[in-house]
Amino acid sequence: MNFFQKVGIGRSRSAKSAKERLQLVLIHDRAGISPGKLETLKDELINVISRHIEIETEAVEITLTKERDQHRLVADIPLAPIRKRRHTIS
Amino acid sequence: MSAKIVTITSGKGGVGKTTATANIGVALASTGERVVCIDADIGLRNLDVIMGLENRIVYDFVDVVEGRCKLRQAMIRDKRLDTLFLIPAAQTRDKTAVSPKDMVRLTNELRQEYDWVLIDSPAGIERGFRNAIAPADLVLIITNPEVSAVRDADRIIGLIEAEEKGPGKLILNRVKPEMVRRGDMLGTEDVLDVLAIELIGIVPEDESVIVATNQGVPVAMDANSKAGRAFHDIAHRLKGEDVPFADLGGGDGFFGRISRMMRAGGES
Ligand SMILES: Nc1ncnc2c1ncn2[C@@H]1O[C@H](COP(=O)(O)OP(=O)(O)OP(=O)(O)O)[C@@H](O)[C@H]1O
Ligand SMILES: [Mg+2]
Repeated sequence: MNFFQKVGIGRSRSAKSAKERLQLVLIHDRAGISPGKLETLKDELINVISRHIEIETEAVEITLTKERDQHRLVADIPLAPIRKRRHTIS
Repeated sequence: MSAKIVTITSGKGGVGKTTATANIGVALASTGERVVCIDADIGLRNLDVIMGLENRIVYDFVDVVEGRCKLRQAMIRDKRLDTLFLIPAAQTRDKTAVSPKDMVRLTNELRQEYDWVLIDSPAGIERGFRNAIAPADLVLIITNPEVSAVRDADRIIGLIEAEEKGPGKLILNRVKPEMVRRGDMLGTEDVLDVLAIELIGIVPEDESVIVATNQGVPVAMDANSKAGRAFHDIAHRLKGEDVPFADLGGGDGFFGRISRMMRAGGES
């Protein structure tokens, strides 16, 4: 397998990846927030929330979605297992 | 009768704004409509050579704005189609020589006597673009089936809505049906899925466009070329006629669905 095959260039159906990449980049463009800024936002969010409740910081996911005309910032923030939390907080 | 002012813009450069302006102008004029094409790409004048009128320029748009001549004096009549006119851009000035207000004022002067004013916008989203869309009744956004061009088109669609010039209509240019068929080029359906805008034309990649450019005879002068036909279709749709879209590799997707819908509608 050469370099081009590995990265998928030359393989057919590249239109599909074009469309997927476009959809992703447009979500960020339209919402006016770059993937990098979203990372910063995520780190700050983790900091704030951790002050109040213990969370699984590694598993936190912040995503931008669009349903019909509504852009949405979706945060999935799993809490640390209950046993662990009892030990550390309260 | 009052002219409709249509601006052709794209964000990204080189996607076919000037080609489209010249050819839609030719197509409209060939049905007897009175058309004025304005080159708003000041400093990078090109509509004159695409239309083949470069040797007849005396005055340009900036001369009119700065009062060195009357609007009428800057208009060049096409000898092949006597209802088609060009107002060329200045070549040695820049976009700041004209303001959005100038554009509105001067195009308003044309409204009474013409049916269409087509404005060829420069690339970008700065002053030149703002000048070009200021007087528009309708904005046509032209793009190519490529990630970067479609992304820029999306940005333009947003800006046009913010300026209350929307909703625009989309021209998809340089489509290669063969590549779309084998899944290596975004098809019309794909582009419309991500852009959410009404389609007004699909123009295939066509070598005749380059031949036409070489000769200064827009492809639409010959309605038999593939691209020429596509520009005539756009002109008819602008006039409010219902022209079906040709299948350019959309396969059974977009066009199949439309024709099925029409068939279903016809039977019920
Ligand atoms: N359908 C087509 N088939 C083949 N070539 C085309 C087609 N449309 C445009 N071109 C070519 O693409 C090039 C760019 O076209 P054009 O000058 O119209 O773009 P533009 O958007 O006005 O560019 P700019 O942003 O520099 O003003 C030209 O060489 C033109 O001949
Ligand atoms: Mg141009």
